[in-house]
Amino acid sequence: MTGSLSRDMILTIIVSAILIWIMPLMIATYTLTVLVIYGMLGLSLGLIWGFGGILCFGQAAFFGLGAYTYAIAAINIGESTVPMILAVLVPAIFAALLGAMMFYGRLTDVYLGVITLVVTLILFKFMNSTAGPQYVIGKARMGGFNGIPGFQTLNVPGDPDAYIWGDAYFYVCAVALAIVFVLVSALLRSSFGRVAVGIRENETRIALMGYDVRARKTVLFAVGAAIAGLAGALFANWGEIVTPNLFSLSQSAEIIIWCIVGGLGTRLGPILGAAGLAYLKFLLGQQSMIDNTLIMGLILVLFVLFLPRGIVPALASLWRISFGRRPLGRIHQVRRTRNREGTGG
Amino acid sequence: MAEIVLETHALTMRFGGVTAADNVNFKLRARELRCLIGPNGAGKSTFFKCVTGLQTPTEGQVFMRGHETTHWMPHQIASLGVGIKMQTPSVMDNLNVFENIWLAARRFYPSDEAGRKTTEMIERLALGPISRSTLGQLAHGERQRVELGLVAVADPWLVLLDEPAAGMSAEDVDRMTGIIRELNKTAAIVIVEHDMQFIRSIAEQVTVFHQGAVLMEDHVDRVMADPQVRNVYLGKKA
Repeated sequence: MTGSLSRDMILTIIVSAILIWIMPLMIATYTLTVLVIYGMLGLSLGLIWGFGGILCFGQAAFFGLGAYTYAIAAINIGESTVPMILAVLVPAIFAALLGAMMFYGRLTDVYLGVITLVVTLILFKFMNSTAGPQYVIGKARMGGFNGIPGFQTLNVPGDPDAYIWGDAYFYVCAVALAIVFVLVSALLRSSFGRVAVGIRENETRIALMGYDVRARKTVLFAVGAAIAGLAGALFANWGEIVTPNLFSLSQSAEIIIWCIVGGLGTRLGPILGAAGLAYLKFLLGQQSMIDNTLIMGLILVLFVLFLPRGIVPALASLWRISFGRRPLGRIHQVRRTRNREGTGG
Repeated sequence: MAEIVLETHALTMRFGGVTAADNVNFKLRARELRCLIGPNGAGKSTFFKCVTGLQTPTEGQVFMRGHETTHWMPHQIASLGVGIKMQTPSVMDNLNVFENIWLAARRFYPSDEAGRKTTEMIERLALGPISRSTLGQLAHGERQRVELGLVAVADPWLVLLDEPAAGMSAEDVDRMTGIIRELNKTAAIVIVEHDMQFIRSIAEQVTVFHQGAVLMEDHVDRVMADPQVRNVYLGKKA
């Protein structure tokens, strides 16, 4: 990563300002809002998987948990500020506990995937079975597979009657995504972020350097869950209802597909992957000629076969090849240094 | 006599019925350089893994500068100021040389100072021209050198190296020997090694392992001349 943080930040602000201005001219803000929210959800997994090497099959669990937390808290409190904060904190704490259990238990790779998957399934099953009147938190009924409708939606902090909706809500979500993006960038530039990338690359080496891998992975996992939780709360506000489908397997799988198609190990990739695929799904949903899950599956297969690193890394290397400075290839460089040192292979 | 920095008491490691390390008592003083040799399966690597916390010994204790570290995790041991290098190059393949060494320096120094120390280390190891290349692109010897660099940059007082010369060209080994000697000015070093040539060039005190136990411990010349050691290496009955 080159360039300074402030330059990065200014660039982010300019680009997002332009996008926030231009995009509503092309796509209805109602649709755009959900694309932005999915972008944030994609970024949350992109952070922990692409940079931390933690493949979580249950990012939807944190998304759903954020949405449910918001809905339940909003019904009980009647003003949206505290519920928004809770919707970030609850998934983060849940992830910290779950993460601590997994990472301190030295679970890795596929087992981690299994555990996160199962947790998502448990939440899905549980939320579906809460139709009875005994499932109540405060004033909020859990509602089983019907979910929770009719909660207080986002309002201007301190003024419960000043709802934020429509175009204004889109701007709130877009700005929230830009802020999260800047924060994620800052995190990745910090020592913590660089060590996280080191963990992704070689856990044993990082441990032998004296870093506590378990604690760091737990923290990163919780940060990812916090972002997913925020996205969930924004989604709840957008849909004005939360249902157990938020926890569904297809939702979890979709997040992973967004990251793969967009490009792992980049910040923009998962956002673009999420927004792009969700928009495609939206367009495909308007026709009935071909089933859209079929198209989604086809896209994933094509990407894995032909563009396994995803769109953003592919575009980045295309950019470097076409416009970038052309340093001597690695082979020349090595030959040069070897010659200079008077040594052979 | 210098302070004892590493000590094991009756260290024993069993895997099922196999006793890989048997009642090993080992002492290492500050700024000493010790080579551990022995035929395959002699228990050198098991001993190494028990000391570095990668495995927990079945019995016995490990002490480092007075701390009992027997049940510690590798990262806790490393945090004491112990540099560890494993048998195969263990580096971060998608990061460049600078990042690799910087991460090691950052553990013990603030960000800016870590950067300075990293630059210094890259110069010392003559890695300058490839400092921005990712490790995955480098040759085996270069990777070994980077790994030694990231061990050295943390200014350890005890360095544990498992087969540092494995698979390296003669010239790389020479360079490696230089770096190790340099390190030895400030740190005690334990080297587990197979390569007799390398041991002759660097060692003074040598500990010989055989069937999990310490066979003898003496100066390298006397060890090499010892008929029992020769028999062990040649596989004859002692």
